Amino acid sequence: MSEYIITTEKGKWEVICGLEIHCQIISNSKMYSGASTVFGADPNEHVSFVDAGMPGMLPTLNKQCVHQAVKTGLGLNAKINKYSAFSRKNYFYADLPQGYQITQFQYPLVGEGKVTVDLSDGTTKEIGIERIHIEQDAGKSIHDLDPKRSFIDLNRAGVGLMEIVTKPDFRSPEEAGEFLKKLRSIVRYLGTCDGNMDEGSMRCDVNVSVRPYGTNELRTRCEMKNVNSVKFVMQAIENEAKRHVEVYESGGQIAQETRQFDPVTGQTKVMRKKEFAHDYRYFPEPDLLPLVLTDEYIDSVKKEMCELPDAKKARYIEQLGLTPYDAKVICENKEVADFFEIAAQGRDAKKVANWLMGDFFAMLKEKHLELKDSPISAEHLGKLVDLISKEVISGKIAKDVFVIMADTGKDPEQIVEEKGLKQVTDTGAIEAIIDAVITSNPDNLAAYKGGKTNLLGWFVGQVIKQSQGKANPAIVNKLLKEKLDK
Amino acid sequence: MTDLNKLTLSETLEGLKNKRFSATEVAQSYIKNMEANRRLNAYVLETPEIALRQAEESDARYANGTNKALDGIPMGIKDLFCTKGIRTTACSHILDNFIPQYESTVTQNLLNAGISILGKLNMDEFAMGGSNETSFFGPAINPYKADNSDADLVAGGSSGGSAAAVSANMCAAATGTDTGGSIRQPSALCGVTGIKPTYGRCSRYGIIAFASSLDQAGPIAKSVKDCALLLNVMAGHDDKDSTSANVAVPDFTQFIGQDIKGLKIGIPQEYRPNGLNDEISKLWDNGIAMLKARGAEIVNISLPHTKYALAAYYIIAPAEASSNLARYDGVRYGLRVEGNGLDEMYINTRSAGFGKEVKRRIMIGTYVLSAGYYDAYYLKAQKVRRLIRNDFIEAFKKCDMILTPTSPTPAFPIGDKSMQDNPINMYLNDVFTVSVNLAGLPGMNIPMGLSNNGLPLGLQVIGQAFDESRVFQVAAALEQDAAFKRK
Repeated sequence: MSEYIITTEKGKWEVICGLEIHCQIISNSKMYSGASTVFGADPNEHVSFVDAGMPGMLPTLNKQCVHQAVKTGLGLNAKINKYSAFSRKNYFYADLPQGYQITQFQYPLVGEGKVTVDLSDGTTKEIGIERIHIEQDAGKSIHDLDPKRSFIDLNRAGVGLMEIVTKPDFRSPEEAGEFLKKLRSIVRYLGTCDGNMDEGSMRCDVNVSVRPYGTNELRTRCEMKNVNSVKFVMQAIENEAKRHVEVYESGGQIAQETRQFDPVTGQTKVMRKKEFAHDYRYFPEPDLLPLVLTDEYIDSVKKEMCELPDAKKARYIEQLGLTPYDAKVICENKEVADFFEIAAQGRDAKKVANWLMGDFFAMLKEKHLELKDSPISAEHLGKLVDLISKEVISGKIAKDVFVIMADTGKDPEQIVEEKGLKQVTDTGAIEAIIDAVITSNPDNLAAYKGGKTNLLGWFVGQVIKQSQGKANPAIVNKLLKEKLDK
Repeated sequence: MTDLNKLTLSETLEGLKNKRFSATEVAQSYIKNMEANRRLNAYVLETPEIALRQAEESDARYANGTNKALDGIPMGIKDLFCTKGIRTTACSHILDNFIPQYESTVTQNLLNAGISILGKLNMDEFAMGGSNETSFFGPAINPYKADNSDADLVAGGSSGGSAAAVSANMCAAATGTDTGGSIRQPSALCGVTGIKPTYGRCSRYGIIAFASSLDQAGPIAKSVKDCALLLNVMAGHDDKDSTSANVAVPDFTQFIGQDIKGLKIGIPQEYRPNGLNDEISKLWDNGIAMLKARGAEIVNISLPHTKYALAAYYIIAPAEASSNLARYDGVRYGLRVEGNGLDEMYINTRSAGFGKEVKRRIMIGTYVLSAGYYDAYYLKAQKVRRLIRNDFIEAFKKCDMILTPTSPTPAFPIGDKSMQDNPINMYLNDVFTVSVNLAGLPGMNIPMGLSNNGLPLGLQVIGQAFDESRVFQVAAALEQDAAFKRK
């Protein structure tokens, strides 16, 4: 594994990093109330009396959120705690109606787990999961609508969150970036979180410290809140680590503090010093009973688990013969993998993968389309590969057919039929073209016979051209050779 | 016709069923008496027009035979219960003019059974207090006065308005809530009957929270049977409260009048400390003698951790309260006092909105939960709570029921200096009641007699969890033998 070491004139430094990721749980209603969780409603449309912190209102636990978190835990190879409990985290803010967040503190729903990440040098690394607990989201404060007043939107208040806490296992920005991509992939596969960092449904807090390379020291760490893209997380780690090194090398000390990452400059700045850190006064939530799960329940969730990206990737490599790179790219996104599996069903998967990774993705990129909006369906892509395999069309003609498919969305068989693109495999017809080409080019025939055998390619080209591309190149090759060498 | 407002709830039901009088007449009688006794400050909001409308509906049901369990019973509702469309303030300035758009489960259950609502009853602010003196609306006044004095006495607290209103026949019955004695102590001081059921028996949904792990709703009424009729309706599992118990609710009235012969009554020695008021001590002995005479077996028991109960209670309850009251921040409803920026608005609103005792408890609660103190206070208090619960479990291996005094003293004057100067003296009023909340058990006050200077005194029957039935059984026996004369 390639090491990430910050080397200066004064020495070498190692980065220590851990992540805390808040994932919005996909559920019909909020964590502790019946209000809807649909994104994009008008402000304060999806707010129940519970969410608004009205007097006398009580939370009730949403079973669907628990189910989703258990599923996620299983997807991260983690231990599901049969006993977990809720706590209140107390702080005042205008978008926190109750004045406390109901979360899990001492007894999280999910315990230790692990995730394997693939690194660019071809190696893999295991990242430890410390815990996953479930909690409620806060509302949103909007400060830029009015010079004097702030506005509060409670649609998000009470939406279920899973907070996934990793062990401080990251030693490079790349590891953290790959982990986030893998995590996003897994939760999307499971359908437990949509993983959209730009919409805020997946938010990342980054903890960074550094230490002299080769030591086991644990130095003061800084936390950067709400870094909202994979790229920014990697940038934040890189720049924050550099800042620590500069401070230490100039004889200074790092203060434990919460910092804010500025996506414009890529730098971090102080948000809250330790002296001003909240005292959250956690205590057991008296309104909710501890959550006790049975083995039967956990088993029933296990039965619902789908094939996850790592397993799928291994299967693609071992059983379908894909390259590790292709397999990784295709498996990263469940929609792509599903598309691939339909297209590859009963066919040469490797050939389908080549089309998918090449022309197909290029086409989507060029047309600025998402996979779900592709004009070419998985079935049609598969059929195109069939047409080539069955020698109905050549690979070259297939490229033209593909372009028409992309423009019209038509079935490739129909295109081939309509445009008369069927490959000529009738040796009689091909022989006639060959004879005509040879007859009309006596000079080149003489040169060939005189030893310039590389003219074979030129003859092949002429024949295919004459056939308007429909002659099967293999047959042309074979027949030409026979005739020329006669 | 006799004064309708003097009848018990069960007598009223009887009369309504027999068409001796109408629900409207009953309501009118109570409204008249409610207005005549405004001096007692029992109600903080009167809703006579609502009561009359509901009474009319009751009359229609009696006429066509679709009358329900409590049809036509005019009740007062403690201002801690959210009542849809009716102002609910918890007697705090911070909830000025708050009108809930929802109904608490307990009041909804009562409304479904046909009651009418006369108004909202006075209480200590957010139920924090033992004398109703912390109410933003001023104290409720005890209908009783000492023989030798004209001084106004406290009604007890926090459900002081409920107890005073029932005692003075300003309602047929009232709802109360009890976190550390708030149903039982005012009932004792005003000479009425009140039960705090087992924690989880009644839903807390829609009841403004004070200390969530201790709060429990219950009835305050004119007789044991009335309380049983009310609890029949108020109790039951509620999906909207995760801590409400999914336990069957028996018809509690069927246990009234049943023989108590052979029942084992525990007498905890720790409840008879040195310096216990002689009158209270004598009252207790009388109660013991009555039960013994009916063939109950008297057993001495020990609840060894009793002496730590008050301390544990005054850590746990404020801790939960400090968090429960965080929502009153001026942002969404109730009082808002503007300030320069969010923090200042919080400070201004909460400084103006909360009274002294509420602020004191928020401070205590915040302190005991804060980093560095949590283990020494909150966690320790939770351990004590477990020990107290275990004390009861052990005791109930030797007895079926426990009999104790309800309050260490009869009603005391409003503005009592020793209590105003030192809140601990006020907290001592809860000494016989808090353990029951910490253990989550049912406890009931039965008025047993008057002190030498004419003030009501009560005894408390403590039962096992979800064994309200036998609490009613024993309470009914004591009620009959004591023959306490209501006002």
